[in-house]
Amino acid sequence: MSYTTQTQAQTGMRASGEVAGNEFLAFTLGQEEYGIDILRVQEIRGYEPVTRIANAPDFIKGVVNLRGIIVPVVDMRIKFSLGTPTYDQFTVVIILNIGGRVMGMVVDSVSDVTTLAPEQVKPAPEMGTTFDSDYLIGLGTLNERMLILVDIDKLMSSTEMGLIEKIAA
Amino acid sequence: MTIDMSQFYQVFFDEADELLAEMEKLLLALDVSAPDSEDLNAIFRAAHSIKGGAATFAFNDITEVTHMLESLLDRIRKGEMALTPDHVDAFLVSKDVLTMQMDGHHHGSSVDQEAVGNVCLRLKALSLGSAADTPVPAAAAPESVKPEAAPVADADGNCSFRIELPEVPQRDVDALAAELGLLGTISQESLADKRVVFTLTTPESQDSIVAICSFVLDPDDLKITHGGAQTGAAEAEPSAEDPGYGLFEPVKADAASQPVAAMAAPTKAEKPAAEAKNLGRRATDKEGGSQESSSIRVGIEKVDQLINLVGELVITQAMIEQRISVLDPIQYERLLNSVGQLTRNTRDLQEAVMSIRMMPMDYVFSRFPRMVRDLAGKLGKKVEFVTRGAATELDKGLIERIVDPLTHLVRNSVDHGIEMPEKRRASGKNETGKLTLSAAHQGGNIVIEVSDDGGGLNRDRILDKAKQQGLPVSDTMPDGDVWQLIFAPGFSTAEVVTDVSGRGVGMDVVKRNITAMGGTVEIRSVPGAGTTIAISLPLTLAILDGMSIKVGEEVYILPLGYVIESLQPASEDVKDIAGQGQVVKIRGDYLPLIPLYRIFAIEPKFTDPSQGIVVILEADGKKAALLVDALVGQQQVVVKNLESNFRKVAGISGATILGDGGVSLILDVSALLRSSRQLNADPVFF
Repeated sequence: MSYTTQTQAQTGMRASGEVAGNEFLAFTLGQEEYGIDILRVQEIRGYEPVTRIANAPDFIKGVVNLRGIIVPVVDMRIKFSLGTPTYDQFTVVIILNIGGRVMGMVVDSVSDVTTLAPEQVKPAPEMGTTFDSDYLIGLGTLNERMLILVDIDKLMSSTEMGLIEKIAA
Repeated sequence: MTIDMSQFYQVFFDEADELLAEMEKLLLALDVSAPDSEDLNAIFRAAHSIKGGAATFAFNDITEVTHMLESLLDRIRKGEMALTPDHVDAFLVSKDVLTMQMDGHHHGSSVDQEAVGNVCLRLKALSLGSAADTPVPAAAAPESVKPEAAPVADADGNCSFRIELPEVPQRDVDALAAELGLLGTISQESLADKRVVFTLTTPESQDSIVAICSFVLDPDDLKITHGGAQTGAAEAEPSAEDPGYGLFEPVKADAASQPVAAMAAPTKAEKPAAEAKNLGRRATDKEGGSQESSSIRVGIEKVDQLINLVGELVITQAMIEQRISVLDPIQYERLLNSVGQLTRNTRDLQEAVMSIRMMPMDYVFSRFPRMVRDLAGKLGKKVEFVTRGAATELDKGLIERIVDPLTHLVRNSVDHGIEMPEKRRASGKNETGKLTLSAAHQGGNIVIEVSDDGGGLNRDRILDKAKQQGLPVSDTMPDGDVWQLIFAPGFSTAEVVTDVSGRGVGMDVVKRNITAMGGTVEIRSVPGAGTTIAISLPLTLAILDGMSIKVGEEVYILPLGYVIESLQPASEDVKDIAGQGQVVKIRGDYLPLIPLYRIFAIEPKFTDPSQGIVVILEADGKKAALLVDALVGQQQVVVKNLESNFRKVAGISGATILGDGGVSLILDVSALLRSSRQLNADPVFF
């Protein structure tokens, strides 16, 4: 595939607001494989003990100290009831930076960074995943693999996650 | 009451220096043929700001110059006048004059009034538009204090200059002759000591000549005289060996940037005076320089970065301290001593760094006495103004942003809160109203209160008005919610709240500003007794003396300011109140017991107060006993904001990082005490 067509396709996508970038970080939750825009990922760390926040929903594990800043950590496995939430040396936290806010996301494992051409991204079906299709960009196909591409910006700033205080009108 | 205005001088000077530097930068970058209107506006704004500041402090000479500068700039930016290089030159010269005047006020150095006069004339001439294509010195000259020094312009507006070069290679001389030849007619002659003299007839200004020559040689070595003085001056001109003239030369080179350009070719008699004056000025410049270095302006990000780094250092240091505490003190005596020293140094460093950003509230408060006095005088009211907690320190960024909302609130209080003396007398109050401005730290926040003992808010009127405006209100709303209505956008204006009307004009702006800073506004008002408006701002950056407590496996920090004492109550002192939880009897007082484990849903070690520890807390005049498992220790903690990456958590005012790198949450004592009253009602949190 030539560079020019790719860029054109990409700009077309950008204009329609469907895909923000075409490199995705792939991670697994239970049996499913997900992908998020690599540009939102700040770093990947091992799981460290968190400080619990009282009366918070159980998927908000608590807060950790990330080099002097206080960062909330959510466990996606609990949030979407996928897999069993175990915490050991293999548990991975993806640190996201979304609109200047830093947050951690616990997942089962991180596999790789893949480049998906626009034609590899299929529209998400109306149903079939635990994620509300509002938060999905589409499904990425890569040989035998299928990545569920998540609009992480939308998901993390949703009221459902309760990570960001909604400013009262 | 008098105010020492001089404390604000430094602010003005710093600001003006910055503005002048900015102005110079913009001027130098300006493309004369096609000036960017945004740049012109920026230059205009700079001049305008300096004028405003100068007028405030009654530096009339600065105001005068900036006023002329401003009006000229205004015409240019409106397109009424085309920008020419002459304008830019004149502006640069005025910038230098302003710097000189500023130094005069600041360090008491002498001000060259002649230069000031010249620049004024030059600006005036330019604004009249007569200078469009005449050389600037010529335009300024007719009214100049030294008309005899004026260059002689011929009918075409051309001037004749005599340019005396230092000893340079013939190659450079030819190059210069060619370049200068582009400006006008040039002739060349040689002096006895092999130096070369050009005579140039050109419509350009002397500055352009200097600019061209400076490509080839040092302008300091250049001697330029106007043709008018040519016959006399050329002969009288001493040779380069003359020490007096040598001293004068460098100053003349300043002509490019100094207003002395208009003083070209002074007569011989004036030289010693000019020399002395200029020498004197140099000396004061140097003094000024050494004083200026006592303060530097640094970007706030750099300071923040420093603060973060020091925060990290403190944590690392605490870690080291924790690790070595298990070592044998005799065997490792020297190591322990060194670490002790490190601890002290780190603490000092932390304090010093923290203090960079913190400023006392006094910086804001001290503006108000004068304003209140003037306003009260205008309205015919009697107001006593009291400030409390002026030493409370607040982050500089917040301090600057709190000024406007506070000004508004104070003005409102004087205008609408405090009644007229007759009315006060009639209602049995002291004729003199009291306006209190206070600041205090409270639960990880700073609370600034503006309170008056005036008539208070009128609940019925607010409700009526709200109904008229179609706001969702009911007659049974709690007072607090009613008062919040005055912050609704568009609410208020005339004849709304108190009989003096107003009270709410722009209140929505106040609220918006404070919310933008992450703060909240609360109103407490009692009819006939007064109104208090409390602004609560988060301390994004503060050190807190904290007491760490343990419940179950979790460690929380209690701000030490709220802690009165801690004790283990005897079991007979703990009483159950049906449906109301428990109370603890402490020295005859019954205090409500707040079981932290229940509020935060923790699995505690002890649920029986007589086995655990109760910490007696006091906030907002209320006391309560907090049940915890154990006290861990006392330490200074750096308050970190939870909201920056997360959101507000009820009962928690912030977080901090412990010695082991873990996070500990800081309890919001005021909120805990408030919740204690309704413990058995619906859960307060989430």
